[in-house]
Amino acid sequence: MTGTIFDIMRFAINDGPGIRTTVFLKGCPLHCLWCHNPESIAPKKEIFIRESRCIRCGSCFEICPNHAIARQSGRYVTIRETCQECGECLEVCYADAREIVGREVTTGELMQEIERDRVFYDQSAGGVTFSGGEPLFQHEFLLSVLQTCRERGIHTTVDTTGFSSPAVIDSVARWTDLFLYDLKLMDGERHKRFTGVSNELILSNLKRLVENGSAVVVRMPLIPSVNSDRENLRALGTFVANLRMVREINVLPYHATGVEKYARLGKEYPLTDVEPPSWERVHDAVNELKRFFDNVTIGG
Amino acid sequence: MTERVRKLREQSLSAIPRISTERALLATEAMESAGMVSAPVRRAMAFRHILLNKTICINEGELIVGERGPAPKATPTYPELCCHSLQDLEILNTREKVSFRVDDETRTAYRDRFIPAWHGRTVREKIFEEMTDEWKACFDAGIFTEFMEQRAPGHTVLDDKIYRNGMLDFRRKIDESLGKLDFHADPTAFARQEELKAMAISADALVRFAERHADALRDLAAQERDASRKAELARMEEICRRVPAHPPRTFHEALQAYWFVHLGVITELNPWDAFNPGRLDQHLLPFYQAGIADGSLTPDSAKELLECLWVKFNNQPAPPKVGVTAAESSTYTDFATINSGGLRPDGSDGVNEVTHLVLDVIDEMRLVQPSSNIQLSRKNPDEFLKHALRIVRKGWGQPSIFNADMVVEELLRQGKSVEDARNGGTSGCVETGAFGKESYILTGYFNIPKVLEITLNDGVDPRTGKRIGLETGPADSFGDFEQLFDAFRRQMAHFIDIKMRGNQVIERIYADFMPVPFLSILIDDCIAGGKDYNAGGARYNTNYIQGVGIGTTTDSLAAIRRHVFENRTMTVPDLRKSLASDFARDERLRLLLLNKSPKYGNDDDEADGLMRRVFDTFHDCVNGRPNTKGGVYRINLLPTTCHIYFGSVTGALPDGRKAWTPLSEGISPVQGADRRGPTAVLRSAGKMDHVRTGGTLLNQKFTPSVLDGEKGIDNLAHLVRGYFTMGGHHVQFNVVSAQTLREAQRKPEEYRDLIVRVAGYSDYFCDLSKTLQDEIIARTEHSAL
Repeated sequence: MTGTIFDIMRFAINDGPGIRTTVFLKGCPLHCLWCHNPESIAPKKEIFIRESRCIRCGSCFEICPNHAIARQSGRYVTIRETCQECGECLEVCYADAREIVGREVTTGELMQEIERDRVFYDQSAGGVTFSGGEPLFQHEFLLSVLQTCRERGIHTTVDTTGFSSPAVIDSVARWTDLFLYDLKLMDGERHKRFTGVSNELILSNLKRLVENGSAVVVRMPLIPSVNSDRENLRALGTFVANLRMVREINVLPYHATGVEKYARLGKEYPLTDVEPPSWERVHDAVNELKRFFDNVTIGG
Repeated sequence: MTERVRKLREQSLSAIPRISTERALLATEAMESAGMVSAPVRRAMAFRHILLNKTICINEGELIVGERGPAPKATPTYPELCCHSLQDLEILNTREKVSFRVDDETRTAYRDRFIPAWHGRTVREKIFEEMTDEWKACFDAGIFTEFMEQRAPGHTVLDDKIYRNGMLDFRRKIDESLGKLDFHADPTAFARQEELKAMAISADALVRFAERHADALRDLAAQERDASRKAELARMEEICRRVPAHPPRTFHEALQAYWFVHLGVITELNPWDAFNPGRLDQHLLPFYQAGIADGSLTPDSAKELLECLWVKFNNQPAPPKVGVTAAESSTYTDFATINSGGLRPDGSDGVNEVTHLVLDVIDEMRLVQPSSNIQLSRKNPDEFLKHALRIVRKGWGQPSIFNADMVVEELLRQGKSVEDARNGGTSGCVETGAFGKESYILTGYFNIPKVLEITLNDGVDPRTGKRIGLETGPADSFGDFEQLFDAFRRQMAHFIDIKMRGNQVIERIYADFMPVPFLSILIDDCIAGGKDYNAGGARYNTNYIQGVGIGTTTDSLAAIRRHVFENRTMTVPDLRKSLASDFARDERLRLLLLNKSPKYGNDDDEADGLMRRVFDTFHDCVNGRPNTKGGVYRINLLPTTCHIYFGSVTGALPDGRKAWTPLSEGISPVQGADRRGPTAVLRSAGKMDHVRTGGTLLNQKFTPSVLDGEKGIDNLAHLVRGYFTMGGHHVQFNVVSAQTLREAQRKPEEYRDLIVRVAGYSDYFCDLSKTLQDEIIARTEHSAL
């Protein structure tokens, strides 16, 4: 079994209990305007360019078999429409300015990487977290890795948007120790406008997971002028409170650090006019949520 | 912190280090008046002359008395080891950092008295006279340094014997040993007699030194108007009449007894790492418990006394070197380091009430001296580790953290008894030793990358064009990587041989000319054997050579293997040409070496496997070879700041490092080469066989956000426990300041590994835009503790 991942981050300390390794799976059905991992959205490989590292040696230009690199006034510009993501330019880019985001791995290969930090999982009651993208988007691969982790006694966390068929949710839940479940907007229309999909499935899947006994932490990105209004907070707090068995809500204040990545992908950042929320605003939101649900924390 | 301690601390911090001529003058008088006496007795008489005539200094408000110089930070010199020139004094007086004030009287005394008197009579001159030309060539080339050319062997730590024995008890043991001498059967009986006589003189001298303090305290008490201080002074007089002649009975007496002994050791000579009390928390526990039980002590008063002792350490800057250049700054720190926690001799958990008291003292005092560490055993509770980590998080570099179980294993592997091993710990930077029973001498740093550089140049040092190594053949002639590695191994053996030959001579110079009868009283089994510490009298005698730059060497070899022998992207002549020009027209090739090669510190088995081979090579060249004191040589891997000096004499290297820049330090990865986070670094370092060393040093840096809150402390604790599970010896955490981030903005090249984290997303700091970097700097400043 193989899957496509775009990163593995060791010593992940905000993605579930203890010290963890977070595996980022590529591909996501949502298109949240604030997404800080824009390279996670497309299921296919993409070329990632760190312009500041480029020494303008032209080696990529010379080697590209698809003529997808053009010279423009001393700079080298990648024509993404032509680029086949073959990776030949990476070999000759000694400055490491070019990267292909997305690589195929087998379950076995991925397990080897996951196993590397086992000593730290053991010490900290940590484990592995699958994030993305949307990990359920590659659910067959995810399942095979989850099952192997269970066999080997490694704690698993799935960080999900919940946008998936109920059958997939059920099968993954059987092999998952903890869900980090994103809730963004309670209003269906607004949800569709900001993420590209309706929230109906997301809400019903959350209910389903909790009712079937899965351990769930709800995560809410707090984005000024998108979802930080009192009405949304109240609706979200009430919904979670009514589910009763959700462990906690993590409020994740919006930050603009993903902006760099849009540039590296040659994309425009869609949410340019939003500023990170002030501390007061974050605390206000937490207090509002706490009116309905006790266990609310800032950060993961 | 009490008002008294606050004042004493403030005085200590604001005292200006200066050169005192007092000791030099007394040592000169003793040298000039020495008659026909043996070396140990001559040294003991000099020791006595100093202690009986030096100024007695009692500072206002202090509870623990005794200064090495006539006043706090008035720093003595040791002309019998090496005598400062007038130029040295000028540099010390004027250099920007770590300066020592030198007044006109001092200059005059040096010019008219000390320099002529000691010319041709110092240990340093003797050493350089005895070293071979090839040793000198290697020394000048920066292949190795020599520890004993300026300071005496020391590198040792006290156990609990002074808390059970006074100097009068040691006198009795010395007399017993004298009584057992067999002049018929033992040809060394006379030599032993001289050594024992010298020990007796030294023990008496320390008692007299304490009595002189008692007299001064009596006089002060008589003049004192304040009733409570008057009572304090009277109590202190009583203590100084009691210790160190007799064993201490109280917490206060125990601390004062230690301090007199400490002053004795650092006055007798200028030994490496000064001296330190070792397992202070365990030694003090019985006194603490008794004091609490009978009401004579409270946790607060115990803390105040400890803090008074801390001030004493800080009042004694490391004596400055000779032959320095204006650029060298060195440090005021004398490397005395307090061990806390660990195991008791019976193998049980050694953490106690005093351990936590000592940690509180470290936290409150925030002094560079004494340095501090914790000995962390798997048997110690997490609360102990977390207490220490809460101090670590404040970001001033203390305490460092050692794996007590590994320290014990290292000592057992060297053949120590299990009790002696558990009583051991670490001193200096990271050096393992059996406290109170071992002479574990660091003999010098060894520049491993320089050996590779010379291997690539057929034995020639490219910096000077001199051939100082073996002719192992031109690098172009190596058909495969193994041939290159074999040449590297032969060069290494060659240079280690040169270093060791020098060591053997230097060791005898100290044994024959510069014995230390006072220190010998304190280390088993010098009294029983009638043998000096410097001559092999200790129960265990280990010598070390400290390897520097294992990360740089590993990455250089990995790059050569990858690009020259595997991918054949370049030839040896190409590589050598680039290195010779310091990559002047070859930045692209440098980037290839830098970015497209396996690097130690990333949990990459290929690179880490090479690290193990470099380790084995160095280990096999050194380990187990005999010294002249009945012990053997071992390795350890620590740099202090020598990776900077060694870097400054080493040209460009195949890992992409530019010429004259620092080498990797300790066993840390090359600066910026580790790109997979802290667990990967710890995994890589954990692949080293630490048990075959006498200490390794690993530095890790974090931004404050990683260490935030209780969760941050938990994360650090888990990293430490994880690393120690893999057998790591030591780890030290540095918290990256906003200042460092600004530095990274200016010099991204040196900070490529710096990861900054924000919720849910992290990236290399140097890849971020200036705006974002500024935002993170602002946040770091905000969250600084």
